[in-house]
Amino acid sequence: MDKFTQLTGVAAPMPLVNIDTDMIIPKQFLKTIQRSGLGKNLFDELRYDAQGNENPDFVLNQPAYRNAEIIIAGDNFGCGSSREHAPWALLDFGVRCVISTSFADIFFNNCFKNGILPIVMPQEVVDVLMEDATRGANARITVDLEREVVTTSDGKEFTFSIDPFRRHCLLNGLDDIGLTMEKAPAIQGFEAKMATARPWI
Amino acid sequence: MTAPHTPRTLYDKIWDDHVIQQDADGTCLLYIDRHLVHEVTSPQAFEGLRMTGRKVHAPDKTIAVPDHNVPTTTGRETHIENEEGRIQVAALDTNARASGVHYYPIDDIRQGIVHIVGPEQGWTLPGMTVVCGDSHTATHGAFGALAHGIGTSEVEHVLATQTLIQKKSKNMKVEITGSLPPGVTAKDITLTVIGLTGTAGGNGHVIEYCGQAIRELSMEGRMTVCNMAIEGGARAGLVAPDETTFAYCKGRPNAPKGEQWDAAVAYWKTLFSDEGAHYDKVVTIRAEDIAPVVTWGTSPEDVLPITGVVPEPASFAGGKVAAAQRSLDYMGLTAGTKLDEIAINTVFIGSCTNGRIEDLRAAAEVLRGRKVKDGIRAMVVPGSGLVRAQAEAEGIAQVFLDAGFEWRLAGCSMCLGMNDDQLSPGDRCAATSNRNFEGRQGRGGRTHLMSPAMAAAAAVTGRLTDVRELVREAV
Repeated sequence: MDKFTQLTGVAAPMPLVNIDTDMIIPKQFLKTIQRSGLGKNLFDELRYDAQGNENPDFVLNQPAYRNAEIIIAGDNFGCGSSREHAPWALLDFGVRCVISTSFADIFFNNCFKNGILPIVMPQEVVDVLMEDATRGANARITVDLEREVVTTSDGKEFTFSIDPFRRHCLLNGLDDIGLTMEKAPAIQGFEAKMATARPWI
Repeated sequence: MTAPHTPRTLYDKIWDDHVIQQDADGTCLLYIDRHLVHEVTSPQAFEGLRMTGRKVHAPDKTIAVPDHNVPTTTGRETHIENEEGRIQVAALDTNARASGVHYYPIDDIRQGIVHIVGPEQGWTLPGMTVVCGDSHTATHGAFGALAHGIGTSEVEHVLATQTLIQKKSKNMKVEITGSLPPGVTAKDITLTVIGLTGTAGGNGHVIEYCGQAIRELSMEGRMTVCNMAIEGGARAGLVAPDETTFAYCKGRPNAPKGEQWDAAVAYWKTLFSDEGAHYDKVVTIRAEDIAPVVTWGTSPEDVLPITGVVPEPASFAGGKVAAAQRSLDYMGLTAGTKLDEIAINTVFIGSCTNGRIEDLRAAAEVLRGRKVKDGIRAMVVPGSGLVRAQAEAEGIAQVFLDAGFEWRLAGCSMCLGMNDDQLSPGDRCAATSNRNFEGRQGRGGRTHLMSPAMAAAAAVTGRLTDVRELVREAV
């Protein structure tokens, strides 16, 4: 997993509430057995018409946002299916950070496993960032995970807070599984205890 | 962990019994008792194990079954037309066999939707932690098991270690007091709750469903309720186990037997929320206030009684105004239209929400002696090969066939349209599944969620219909 320390990039405004993971990456792209290559189908049914032509109204098709690395989104981003293809598609497109008033739990969790930083901010802050994002490529937002600060294009700073363990893993690009495997004796101890206490499991 | 002697909720108890280690900031290493695996969210996880030289830690606690991609037509054992789907099903087959996990391949009568197979085979039992790379893992909470969906990275984590790194969620109580009126089902309960709390209302929470109406539900009904906890934002739903639960589990192939059964039941009887236990949020609904409901929009929170009308977007608040307008545009509906005047052209009965035997019985009850209206495509997809066999033995399959339904093989099918069972643009479907998102059942397809009895009623009349009109005699 790539580290996430500091990111300065274009933020795309997506004010729609309840953007679900079916919308982020529709089912027909879940048939892959790889993690990579999903970026071209990110938001597929919003981004392209039925013939596969780009929909010029969709934000990521507009010249200013084609290289967006941050999304400012409406409430409850990532709801629905647990598909990790959603963060894979975002990452493959180049998005490393999503800012919203709230996220669905599974999507939120999946982001951290892929080096994407989901940031929860109060409505009034998201409103400011959304407004800033509408300035297009002229508005480059800086996200600093070390300091836990988002800075707008005109220098306004907003602090945020990330769970310390998750922040540590993102800052250092750490793989959870390796960390957990170091606890193998504790896991085996628990299993031995359970073999007596709840043998039917 | 909760301090000793503090009253604990059901969630607290199951959580406490699975914590291996807890860090100072509350991050826990949680033991996982059952890991269910399907073909869509597991190939990258198995590939990850291979690349790092890791092995499946507990194959005997891991259960694999293909469900999302599988065709529901005959001949699928030997050939799957869609190449990518075929590769995914084949990858699961290879991975499952190589790792020695319990496996129900496509030609096994026990194959079916993972959330139907787990309980049916007795893998899901009270007090367990159950995970699967699928958000509808919440279903298993019906047994008083802590069950939730995970992403593929976590699938790999569980395969490698049989644990998850977790922080405890908040706890929400949803109480349904009194008894359900006739014609109102578990699906109406769960949709009504989401309509009230919203799709983000349960974010960060585990829901415990309780109250008389929940106690009076069968296990099938409880699974329907818990299945959609995720649609309300809660990763997990829970129902405390009771005699109904024990009766369902007893005799299942992988349920404990003899002395172990007795020991298990004794433990399961301790799994209830103590008097005075703390909940972060409480919602109470009177069962008598619940009506047969349908969804009108593209979010599961867009729920109204079938006797209602399509709402005005302006009647909502905040970001929901634009979302509601977008929903109506997508759904091709006009505010003020009576819901029971909306014509449909497709009916889908099945899914992990409503693909169990009781669901098929409820639909067949409405269909007996009736026909699907001309021009309507109606299909029923049993949740597992065993549900299908049971429905055939009970004569229910014949009722569907006589009415004009297609009688399919088991799988996820048109709930998400990963196989060939999809809506075409503009199709309008009465569906017993769980998501009415844009494009969910097929690009441009329009989904109305409802109970199996309501879907059957819609098949007969060709429009969204109050099932109580068709079964008035019985009601």
